[in-house]
Amino acid sequence: MNFRNFITPALPAALMLFLLHPVRLRAQTDEDAIMMIKNNFCVGGVYSHGSWKNYWEGTFKRNNQNIGTVSTQMFGLMGTYGVSDKLNILVNAPYVTTHATAGTLHGMHGVQDLSLWVKWLALEKNIGKGTLSLYALGGGSLPLTNYIADFLPLSIGLHSRTLSGRIIADYQQGNFFVTASATYTWRDNIKIDRTSYYTTEEHLTNEVEMPDMGALNFRAGYRGDRGIAELVFSKMKTLGGFDIRKNDMPFPSNKMNATMGGAHFKYNFKAVAGLSLIGGADYTLTGRNVGQSTMFDAGVFYILDFSHKAKKAKNSKQSAKSN
Amino acid sequence: MRVRIYFAAILVTLVMAACNKSVSDRTADLPALKPTSLDLNAGSWKPVLLTRPDTFAVAAPAATNSPAYLADLFEIKAYQKNLSGGDMDKIKYWSAGGVLRWNEIMRSLVAKYNVPPYQNADGTYPAPNSANPFAYPLFPFSNPPYAGRAYAYVSAAQYDALVACWYYKKLYNRSAPYVVDSTVKALVPRTALPSYPSEAAVLAGVTAEMMKLLFPDEIASIQQKLQEHELCAIKAGVATRAEITAGEALGRQVAILFTARGRGDNAGKAIGTPTDWAGLVATTHATGQVPWFSLEAPARPPMLPLFGKVKAFLFDSATAVSLRPGPPPLTGSDQMKAETIEAHNFIVNASREHLRIVQFWADGVGTYTPGGHWNAIAAEDFITKNFSEVRWARNLALLNMAIMDAGIVCWDTKYHYFNPRPTQLDPAIKTLTGIPNFPAYISGHSTFSGAASSVLGHIIPDRAGAYDAMAQEASNSRMWGGIHYRTDCAVGLTVGRNIGNYAIQRATKDGAE
Repeated sequence: MNFRNFITPALPAALMLFLLHPVRLRAQTDEDAIMMIKNNFCVGGVYSHGSWKNYWEGTFKRNNQNIGTVSTQMFGLMGTYGVSDKLNILVNAPYVTTHATAGTLHGMHGVQDLSLWVKWLALEKNIGKGTLSLYALGGGSLPLTNYIADFLPLSIGLHSRTLSGRIIADYQQGNFFVTASATYTWRDNIKIDRTSYYTTEEHLTNEVEMPDMGALNFRAGYRGDRGIAELVFSKMKTLGGFDIRKNDMPFPSNKMNATMGGAHFKYNFKAVAGLSLIGGADYTLTGRNVGQSTMFDAGVFYILDFSHKAKKAKNSKQSAKSN
Repeated sequence: MRVRIYFAAILVTLVMAACNKSVSDRTADLPALKPTSLDLNAGSWKPVLLTRPDTFAVAAPAATNSPAYLADLFEIKAYQKNLSGGDMDKIKYWSAGGVLRWNEIMRSLVAKYNVPPYQNADGTYPAPNSANPFAYPLFPFSNPPYAGRAYAYVSAAQYDALVACWYYKKLYNRSAPYVVDSTVKALVPRTALPSYPSEAAVLAGVTAEMMKLLFPDEIASIQQKLQEHELCAIKAGVATRAEITAGEALGRQVAILFTARGRGDNAGKAIGTPTDWAGLVATTHATGQVPWFSLEAPARPPMLPLFGKVKAFLFDSATAVSLRPGPPPLTGSDQMKAETIEAHNFIVNASREHLRIVQFWADGVGTYTPGGHWNAIAAEDFITKNFSEVRWARNLALLNMAIMDAGIVCWDTKYHYFNPRPTQLDPAIKTLTGIPNFPAYISGHSTFSGAASSVLGHIIPDRAGAYDAMAQEASNSRMWGGIHYRTDCAVGLTVGRNIGNYAIQRATKDGAE
């Protein structure tokens, strides 16, 4: 079973953990067990909408009539390239806007961070009636513009450069699969426009120490030649950081934790080979120093085949389908 | 090959960066303070509240050949035998300057307590209670006027206490322990400053005592800082136990003058009553103007509406009222409309540079406030000037009395005219920083900054132009953020500078120049 040859949209997600927005541009490629085949380039656009009314100040859950419902919209441009069947490169750059329905604070907008992942299919082995595959990924993100991180909850991001490592294990039997992944993200310190700030003590500097993050992701469902339907459960944890005090403002180095559940799908069009649609929804079940976000996203992807052996690739696709 | 080397270099850099993320304060690694002048005559400088430098008696020190003095030397030597790396770090920290370090501690307390109370279930707000400071909401809510007053009281008390300290230093002319006994090491730069009573202990004592008025929840934590500061002076070989004891007692006695003044300066009544709040609305209606209302939800009572009645340091209450500027443009006037439109224009597609300036000067919730920001600016410049401790204290006292008094006149003006914010007149004005919960006219930032910049320009004349530019930028930042009209900012700066002049007048006559 060569599921890696399935036509797949690439939604590489930078670790987009906004404060009060545990929104990640939901990915299918940097977190899933699917690869682009050699010399194929998948390009697409994704729209995502996240909003929350309640949030956690530390562990205290509340709403705030001075912000009402805060929403974040992302328009992401993404691409995945198959360097080889076992090595893919994924890039993503979103434009983000934020808005609060109540109160007086001005929303923000702008191009956020460029993220890049290298994804390697390290092992693929038949076990029992199914196939086990292991992936190793390395990635990073870099702010593309000088947007403000220190205007939470309406900042468009945290403006930290990051490096991430991820391991994915996937088991597929017939059209059913389970995937688990673990991620560690190192975050570089950020500079803010103020010359001092208070966390649990006063800091006389404009540099903010950003704690690292860890994440776990579990997904299971149907994966066939027409597409994917899956349930996703994820957890992210800030390894350090501090709680927002009662009625204080949020800050980029807060301890932002969240547990999320969701359902995603992908549909591959029959009539136009290489064209697919994705969509999904996620809900924040529990959190700390984040908003209780509900997220929806939708995207469209198309695969461009730069291979001189286009026919062969197609054949290989055919053979994948026939599995 | 070359690519590989680059790659390896990048990798090594990243790994190194990954290992070292810790952030240190700008003033974490300062050298020890080496004053250009010891200001040995500072005992004759004019204090703020003390009528005489010897109002509080300090007994003559024990003779250097007395058993008590020798025992004190033994204590120093015993400490110096077993100094840990941690001890040395603390000695280095405090050696940068006691006034500087206590000012930094004050700024951190203000930032810590500068959080507005969370509402009650019924939409009202609880108020901090100085009689029960540990209950939520913690006492105090150190908002800008409260903070300005706190900085002023602490700085003025430190100044008076050091004037008294210097008086006795000169009177008794006791050499430092490392001078009396050459086997006592000087772990900080040697100076000819007499060591009795200890200026470190005076500062620690006066500041700790002020906490009883200003930050009562912090009495215990500040007591630990006091012990650390005093012990560092002993371990560094600059003060004996007796010099510390005398210094702390003197500091605390001077502080009590200031805490007594503080309990009667009307700040405790500044929050007003629901009747006062309703009265402000009615009075403004009667003049035909649109009264201010809170843009917070639930509506929050206005911040310290009676702070304008607080007793100023630099002038009497009649003068405070005379410093109040004339009225803002009428709320229905063409000028007000034009200024509202201007505020709106600033928030639409603000440039990144404007955003930077708005954030840089925001000094809002959870910060040390505009007053603290000017203390930070002052402190970083004073560091380069190598002032003596007593001159440091005098300069910060002048600065902070001007800041407090700017708060008084500004708040008096705000509640005299009770003028709405731009967003109240045009709800389409979404702001780039939080809207403070008090009337617009005149801008607090502008008033604080006008006062602070003029005082600092007097103290460091070659920086006067820079301070003016900073004050102008701070003032503009409030307009660019959409929370003030141009008139609020322009008039605020002028009023602030007028108040700064009172501090400058004092400075020219206090004997220090």
